[in-house]
Amino acid sequence: MELKRQHLIDPVICIRCNTCEETCPVNAITHDDRNYVVDASICNNCRACVPPCPTGAIDSWLMSSRPWTLEEQFSWDDLPPEAKLEEGLESGPEPAEVTAIIDVATASTGGRVPPPFSAAHPYVNVYSRESPATARVAGNFRLTDPDAESDIHHVVLDFGIRPFPVLEGQSIGIIPPGVDDKGRPHNIRLYSVASPRDGERPHHNNLAVTVKRVRAKDDSGKLIEGIGSNYVCDLKKGDQVLVTGPFGDTFLMPNHPEANIVMICTGTGAAPFRGFTERRRRKAPDAAGKLLLFFGARTPGELPYCGPLMKLPPSLIDVNLAYSRVPGEPKQYVQDKMRERDTDLAALLKSEHSYIYICGLKGMEQGVEEALSDICRLHDLNWTEIRAQLRREGRYHVETY
Amino acid sequence: MSTIDYAEKIPNNVNLSEDRKLQRALETWQPHYLDWWRDMGPNGTPNYDVYLRTAISTEPDGWAQFGHVKMPDYRWGIFLAPPVADRKISFGAHKGESVWQEVPGEYRSSLRRLITIQGDTEPASVEQQRLLGATCPSLYDLRNIFQVNVEEGRHLWAMVYLLHAYFGRDGREEAEELLARRSGDADKPRILGAFNEATPDWLSFFMFTFITDRDGKYQLAALAESGFDPLSRTCRFMLTEEAHHLFVGESGVGRIIERACQVMKESKTEDLRKFGVIDLPTIQKYLNFHFSVTSDLYGAEVSTNAAGAFHAGLKGRFEETKIGDDHQLEDTPYGVTHYVDGNFKPIEVPALNALNERLRQDWIVDVAKGVDRWNKVIQRFGINFELKLPHVAFHRAIGHFSDIHVTPTGKVISAAEWNQNKDSWLPSDEDRAYVISLMGAAVTEPGKFANWIAPPARGINSQPVDFEYVRFA
Repeated sequence: MELKRQHLIDPVICIRCNTCEETCPVNAITHDDRNYVVDASICNNCRACVPPCPTGAIDSWLMSSRPWTLEEQFSWDDLPPEAKLEEGLESGPEPAEVTAIIDVATASTGGRVPPPFSAAHPYVNVYSRESPATARVAGNFRLTDPDAESDIHHVVLDFGIRPFPVLEGQSIGIIPPGVDDKGRPHNIRLYSVASPRDGERPHHNNLAVTVKRVRAKDDSGKLIEGIGSNYVCDLKKGDQVLVTGPFGDTFLMPNHPEANIVMICTGTGAAPFRGFTERRRRKAPDAAGKLLLFFGARTPGELPYCGPLMKLPPSLIDVNLAYSRVPGEPKQYVQDKMRERDTDLAALLKSEHSYIYICGLKGMEQGVEEALSDICRLHDLNWTEIRAQLRREGRYHVETY
Repeated sequence: MSTIDYAEKIPNNVNLSEDRKLQRALETWQPHYLDWWRDMGPNGTPNYDVYLRTAISTEPDGWAQFGHVKMPDYRWGIFLAPPVADRKISFGAHKGESVWQEVPGEYRSSLRRLITIQGDTEPASVEQQRLLGATCPSLYDLRNIFQVNVEEGRHLWAMVYLLHAYFGRDGREEAEELLARRSGDADKPRILGAFNEATPDWLSFFMFTFITDRDGKYQLAALAESGFDPLSRTCRFMLTEEAHHLFVGESGVGRIIERACQVMKESKTEDLRKFGVIDLPTIQKYLNFHFSVTSDLYGAEVSTNAAGAFHAGLKGRFEETKIGDDHQLEDTPYGVTHYVDGNFKPIEVPALNALNERLRQDWIVDVAKGVDRWNKVIQRFGINFELKLPHVAFHRAIGHFSDIHVTPTGKVISAAEWNQNKDSWLPSDEDRAYVISLMGAAVTEPGKFANWIAPPARGINSQPVDFEYVRFA
């Protein structure tokens, strides 16, 4: 059964002001004495009616297996319950090219570990290279300062009426258009989802990714331009993008409120942790478990999401930032910040509710592991044993690239 | 797409830069307007960053751009809805003729009067509401009142543009007078009665935006039918903004009702005052008050002024073009309720003379639908109480019911009986004092709400309810 997302008007919130009916360019909206309704056979999801609506009632989209008729909509006091995603979607096998990427990302610490016991069940490869989903670019913003060397973008993709279920920590695959120099279609690029499962904005069928433009000189001085990252960073609002996935069935967040989550990242490695944090903020801001973030960048201007991050209340998340290239200041890396917090980290390592996630550039895991090892030694703990136990129990996750 | 040029001093989509004389006139008026905003706009707020909706064009994607703005920097502009090609006058003696792009000489003073009266209501409501920020029940509500205020300011701009552009020196003088009158002032009051009433608390504010701004909607809708095309286009765009004001009022009262119902359920009592929330009978009294005072705004039931404006093609009926009659009404009767021989009954009068009453009736239907939605909130809690609109003759000061005393259910009573009972139908001094006593210090923590009101179902522009809708410098 195929589910489709249908544009509807929430009768509880609507005040019958007629603005939507007036605005709709294709006359898909009508009303009776009771409700304002959208004719699914006419509506083309152009969203022209959405900004003018004073109440937000117009911004209602529900999955259903068949369109709700006008008569049904006229009779409603409330919106009906949404059809469950599971009714219409099936996971597929993980494609070999994706497996290869994930294997590389998890290789240095010994491969994939199980997901946390309380993680939600992920969908994988619902959309394959053969039948990808088409997303529309809803926004593309540069996150790094204008004068910063690195060019990191926050790109929001909207899936319109197609369901695209993701969990925090999962990735999506983007296929750049065109062919490579051998005339073959490009490989899939994986990008971590930076938004929580209910969307970059709640009630919207969208998600965000964080992408750094790859543009660097190799050893011979030749300019290397990443095909995937330049494609994504140059996307304009309204562009259509082919998306596969979602991918990833282990680097997922624990859902139980007691879970402590230690997040260690550099650069765009912050993406999954933005999703984790926002999920916690929306769903369980008063949860007993702690969020502890160690985040490194060269300068504040190159730290993606720096501004919004600093506005989060300390009661939600404990933020530790390390900068390695601030003029006049000593170089600091995430492992230095971790050592400063040795007592807190040691306490967390003793708890069965603690989960550690590392995401960022290849090589960072070495320094981080050394720091964890040192902290354990200082507090009479055995890192080798703890590490093995954490991995066994799905509490130690590393993805580096 | 008719994009507004923000490089210009006054954003507009009327090619202002091509009319130097008009541009200069408006540029002279603008600092006077800003002075008025400083004196009479929301009190003590010039440094607040408010998450406001600003129109940057009249296309669907252009008139709702959201961002944090300081109110004195808000770009009040002049926006007319896109012209309808080959539009014809749809009613009155000129029916079928092309609409006027200039003011016809014979209707000059009537049109000026209509525009001035409409224009006068816009700054008046800003003045009435200027102190409410100090007692806001949440950042969400604070943002909403400021949105209403800046858009009333923009509606004033819309009317002043018409006065300046089409009425020469007389128009410019009227425009200055719009800034000189003050709501509730003994010497220089605003033109219409309801706009001189105080808005001392948020229940009054929400009732005002729900009921009185809805009068605005019907007046604007009637003017949007006008044969004078610039007035029609101006009002059509204003109507799209007015919808937000109605929403603020309806959802505001709805949330007060919801909170009352919650506390009734939790405490299992109807005596809510000891819990610091507003009980349903008090809400009914405020409804009675605002409904009756706003009824008066439509004027006398039988009016030759309204007939003249319709006949001349200046002001139509609500949704004129959707009505299935001859749109001239020269020989059509219309039943208007009168009090005769101890009974209220409809008496047929020429439909032309009953246009005020007809517009009032259209408005009542619309108000009643909103009240029905409030009652649904009460029903959801399983509480046996129904809010009701009072009889149309209740508590009237204008029109042919102004000399009789009538109960909310429509029973005619003596003056003595009225005086004895009016406090159970209208907010008494004690009721008002109680509601005002709940208006404590402003609630400014994101996501927090005063005890007497429930949070909204959704935030503005899909933002979360605990979004920082207002930032304080």
